[in-house]
Amino acid sequence: MLSVKGLKASVGDEPILKGLDLEVKPGEVHAIMGPNGSGKSTFAHVLSGREGYEVTGGSAELDGEDLFELEPEERARLGLFLAFQYPVELPGVNNMYFLKAALNAIRKSRGEEELDAVSFMRLMKEKLKILHLDDSLLKRPVNFGFSGGEKKRNEIFQMALLEPKLAILDETDSGLDIDALRIVADGVNALRSPERSMIVVTHYQRLLDYIQPDHVHVLAKGRIIRSGGKELALELEEKGYGWIVEGEAA
Amino acid sequence: MSAIPAEATTAEEKVETTGQYDELVNAGYEHGFITEIESETLPPGLDEGVIRTISARKGEPEWMTEWRLAAYRKWLEMPTPTWASVHYPPIDYQSISYFSAPKKKDGPKSLDEVDPALLETYEKLGIPIEEQKALAGVAVDAVFDSVSVATTFREKLHEAGVIFCSISEALQEYPELVQKYIGTVVPPTDNFYVGLNSAVFTDGTFVYVPKNTRCPMELSTYFRINEAKTGQFERTLIVADEGSYVSYLEGCTAPQRDENQLHAAVVELIALDDAEIKYSTVQNWYPGDENGKGGIYNFVTKRGDCRGARSKISWTQVETGSAITWKYPSCILRGDDSVGEFYSVAVTKGMQQADTGTKMIHLGKNTSSTIVSKGISAQHGQQAYRGLVRIAGKAEGARNHTQCDSLLIGDQSAAHTFPYIEVKNPSAKMEHEATTSKISEDQLFYCRARGLTEEDAVSMIVNGFCKEVFNELPMEFAVEAQKLLSISLEGAVG
Ligand SMILES: Nc1ncnc2c1ncn2[C@@H]1O[C@H](COP(=O)(O)OP(=O)(O)OP(=O)(O)O)[C@@H](O)[C@H]1O
Ligand SMILES: [Mg+2]
Repeated sequence: MLSVKGLKASVGDEPILKGLDLEVKPGEVHAIMGPNGSGKSTFAHVLSGREGYEVTGGSAELDGEDLFELEPEERARLGLFLAFQYPVELPGVNNMYFLKAALNAIRKSRGEEELDAVSFMRLMKEKLKILHLDDSLLKRPVNFGFSGGEKKRNEIFQMALLEPKLAILDETDSGLDIDALRIVADGVNALRSPERSMIVVTHYQRLLDYIQPDHVHVLAKGRIIRSGGKELALELEEKGYGWIVEGEAA
Repeated sequence: MSAIPAEATTAEEKVETTGQYDELVNAGYEHGFITEIESETLPPGLDEGVIRTISARKGEPEWMTEWRLAAYRKWLEMPTPTWASVHYPPIDYQSISYFSAPKKKDGPKSLDEVDPALLETYEKLGIPIEEQKALAGVAVDAVFDSVSVATTFREKLHEAGVIFCSISEALQEYPELVQKYIGTVVPPTDNFYVGLNSAVFTDGTFVYVPKNTRCPMELSTYFRINEAKTGQFERTLIVADEGSYVSYLEGCTAPQRDENQLHAAVVELIALDDAEIKYSTVQNWYPGDENGKGGIYNFVTKRGDCRGARSKISWTQVETGSAITWKYPSCILRGDDSVGEFYSVAVTKGMQQADTGTKMIHLGKNTSSTIVSKGISAQHGQQAYRGLVRIAGKAEGARNHTQCDSLLIGDQSAAHTFPYIEVKNPSAKMEHEATTSKISEDQLFYCRARGLTEEDAVSMIVNGFCKEVFNELPMEFAVEAQKLLSISLEGAVG
């Protein structure tokens, strides 16, 4: 599914990712943990094609396609989805309209028929239920005036609707209350399938109680310095990052 | 200032040559009016002789000729306005031909000679090839369907008693109506361009809606494209008699080309007791090439007079074209309980400059006005909003709500806001909101990460920004306006 090899990226002259390797197979859920500023969001942004980062080495392929040859929208149409750590507000742009345009852009690129308003509404109703979202949010502008938690839930709702191959969830759990966390996790679990892979970036082991990862990685100083099973997350929760990061340095 | 005496001198010299024009006029009548205007054009220059010639050729009543001359004499004394924050080279008014035949000969011979960028836009708007030719100024012989459509419309209007015709026709058929209302909202002395227009206008539209009549259809100039090209000096006069309603649509979404750089139109609206006029404009003049060369200078004076009690005038405009736009559709709220509205979207990109806004003059009691102005600037586009709200001493209980939003695309564009408020009655309630926002990289990336192209993203954000104004447009116009906005902002990002 996703194959990242020796990825190096910098912002300006500042190298941030310094040789990152990651293999994600279909159906797998990988958790990425790591200290603040270690490059987790940078990794997510570089994969999805945000401007302002320079890839200085390595490669990233999604189903054999070189991601770095593609525009951000082409990557999205290929099935890459990023749930933003900080979802962006689009004042004046109706949420429903936005979602329909996005879905149809993706469907069109897959050679599928565009959905008409009725089938789209039906699909939305179905997905809303999964996330226990109030449909009044759909009538509002995208993320505009949404609470922090609503924004995060809206991201997962979009993921449910767009049905990506590979979803990267960047700290989707932060800012969620206990019930919302549960709902989002249930939503994510409902979307797990043998064809769909996920990369879950989080600071908290708690999320991984709900979303059981196949692999856990520690990203520090721009590289993955340790990988393990879900027990690694528990160990991190207990001991923090110091021991690995220092161990690495030593 | 030195230009004025110079012009005056030129005028005096030319007056002596009047006789020559008289000959032209007489010759014209021999061959019949229509063929005459197709084959002849007055030489460039402006003086009283030219004005008499225009008036005579149009078969106007004597009072009209005198009215034009009076306007001309006043115009000679007026300075060109320089306060609008737009910049353009001085215009030589003696180099313009004030009575020109349809430009069959001067225009491009075929679409091959037309700016390809312009043609591309026509394609995107889905405009039929024959209409493309007309818009681009190519000589067209074929008659469009739209003309027969126009005839059907006319019959329907006639049944309702609505008069909808060219201003020249109105001067011959309904001279007393024209005389009663023309210049009563925008007097010839109003400003420089009005003075010039009053002296020399040759095209335009007249509408009269009788008492208690709801005009049975939207009046549109769109279907008139073939009948009359938009003139350089247009004059529009719309009168809604007591208890009547009319919705008038001006312009069209296709970029119109014209080799006349200067356009100085005058639009006067009059709403009597309980009458309502809705005036919508979607204007897309050719803005010129990327350096602004060849673009239209659009200096237009539009004013509505809510003359009667409980009358309402509403201006809605979407402006994307012109090299330079200078216009302030205004309302005079004379009648008690009258209502004025101004909804505007203006786009400037490339080297375009726009100085627009509105004036709401509250004279009657309990009058209210609403101003919603949305400005979008991209690339080097320069935009100024200038709004005046004046509450007169006797305007007890007046209310105004002004909302003025600017959206910048890229960091080289600019928007300026100049609100002027004069309140002479303490009971007035005034609200003013202004915002400036920018389409951010974050927003664009967010949209792209969801599979939308940058252009889709921009047009979505822009349409969202303009929604309040689009909502005021008649349905089919709103759809076209949206499309137009997307097209005009294509490639404006980055
Ligand atoms: N656009 C940018 N300009 C300058 N520095 C940047 C930029 N983007 C990221 N960085 C820097 O790169 C480093 C990694 O940032 P990143 O956001 O990837 O961290 P993170 O692991 O996601 O942290 P957190 O857990 O706090 O979300 C930080 O030091 C950050 O300041
Ligand atoms: Mg982060």
